[in-house]
Formats: sequence, C-alpha cells, structure tokens
Amino acid sequence: MTLLSIAFICAGVFFLLMGAIGLLRFPDFYTRMHAAGKCDTLGILLVFIGLALYGGLNLSSVKILSIGLFIFVTSPTATHAIARSAFKNEMPIWTKEEN
Amino acid sequence: MHAFFIGISLVILFSVLLCLYRVLRGPVIIDRIVGVNVIGTKTIAVILLTGYIFGRVEFFIDIAFVYALINFIGTIAFAKYFDRKGVKHEGAAR
Repeated sequence: MTLLSIAFICAGVFFLLMGAIGLLRFPDFYTRMHAAGKCDTLGILLVFIGLALYGGLNLSSVKILSIGLFIFVTSPTATHAIARSAFKNEMPIWTKEEN
Repeated sequence: MHAFFIGISLVILFSVLLCLYRVLRGPVIIDRIVGVNVIGTKTIAVILLTGYIFGRVEFFIDIAFVYALINFIGTIAFAKYFDRKGVKHEGAAR
C-alpha cells in the first residue's frame, strides 16, 4: 500500500511540475490557462489519493478525499471564470506568424 | 517515508517558484491572477504534506479546507471584478 501511495504522489507531482513549466513557457494567455487549469486539477487529485492511501481508512483520509472532490469541482470553475472574463475583454489570441 | 514527504514538499515548492515568475512578470493582470490561483492550489498540497511530516494530519486538514475555500472565492471575485472593470492588454501576445 505504501508503494502504491508513493506511485500516486510521484505521478501527481510530475503533473504539477509540468503544469508549472507550461505556465512559464507558453506564448499566450489562453494556452497558459490550458496548462494551468488541467494539470493542476489532475496533479492535486493524484497527490490527495496517494496521501489518503498512505493514511489508511479513517476519518482523516475521508476528509482528504472530500477536499479533493471540492477542488475537482472548483478549480475548473475558477479557470472558466477567468477565461470568460478575459474573452469578454477581447484579449488578443496568439497565432502562428506567417513568414 | 518522512524524508520522502520532505522531498516531495521541496519539489512542489520549486514549482511554486516557477509560477511566481509568471506572477511577477505576467504581461497582463489576468496572468497574475492565474499564477496566484495555481500557487494557492499547490499550497493546499504542501499544507497536507506538512501535516504528515509533523504527524498531526487531523489539524492540518481543516486549515487546507479553509485555504481551498478562500482560494476559490478570491479567484471568482477577481474574475467578476475585471469582468466589470475591463483589462488593459497592450503587448499581451508577445
């Protein structure tokens, strides 16, 4: 069970790191948001599943999974709200240069 | 397992450092809001890992839950505010 939780936590940290690199390197606001929203949700969910498996079946792990469920609902909602606010303000969209 | 949790926390804090560059240098205000949202999401994981390092998870879980709530509500509030106010975007696509 400990090895399984280590595998889950390592996968989650990998996704968090890739999301951070995407947030750093992408050229446009919308592409950055694409990297930040999805990688963060999946990474944090995998880390929480790993921590709950490490703790075993008790009240703490149920609470950790409920926080994970909350983030699974709210993080895409927040990302959608920010992207909608940017799109309504006519933020320019990055296109490939023709040259 | 103790050393593993400390190492994982350090890796997550390094990725927070990468996001902090976007918060400080972001060309538009909305880039900064996205960076703060991502940093808040990573902080929840760091708080839970701190609970496992110190061996008292049941106290740190409530702190993590409150942090998740404040992160979500703050991001929604900023999105609504800049929805009304408008965003200056000179040089947004570099």
